Amino acid sequence: MSVPQKTVKMYTLSTCSHCRAAKQLLNDLGVQYEYTDVDLLSGSARAAAIEEVRKLNPSCSFPTIIIGGTIVVGSREDKIREALGLK
Amino acid sequence: MSEIDELYERLKRFQEAKGYFFNKDRERTYELLAALLINKKRYGYMACPCRLASGDRDWDRDIACPCVYREPDVREFGSCYCNLYVSAAWKEEKIPRVYVPERRPPGKIRL
Repeated sequence: MSVPQKTVKMYTLSTCSHCRAAKQLLNDLGVQYEYTDVDLLSGSARAAAIEEVRKLNPSCSFPTIIIGGTIVVGSREDKIREALGLK
Repeated sequence: MSEIDELYERLKRFQEAKGYFFNKDRERTYELLAALLINKKRYGYMACPCRLASGDRDWDRDIACPCVYREPDVREFGSCYCNLYVSAAWKEEKIPRVYVPERRPPGKIRL
């Protein structure tokens, strides 16, 4: 029986190459995830997303990735794999 | 010549003379140049594609590409934050390619 996948959520920018690389990596790994492109939001939705990113990652950079209880900042394959429990 | 080809050629000529090279990964470089053109249409200036722009050109002067952080990032890591502009050593893989942390102060991000 397979281990249930950790919940993966990302805060991204639609124009950001690191964000695109992180999405591609998760796609390649067959990992399901949700993402929010913060640059495409406006008004209160944008403000709420920024506040949330700041809480998770004080530098407020993108992508900010939440894997289970782990926060990964940036498209860092080794850290993403580690947080997912993959070698 | 497409708008991206034209931008590529123009910036390459101008920036290489200053010691800044494009990433050899042409697909990634074109992706970033396309994103710069999107931001130019969206905001009226070429805001860094890897950062959240405010839409206020004066406020975002530090992240109008090439951003003010490029010089210290290329000096310290061999690459700008986006991996668009790199040093000759980074380009030729003579130095390790490490993660470039965000140098822009978080207070610059506007709600």
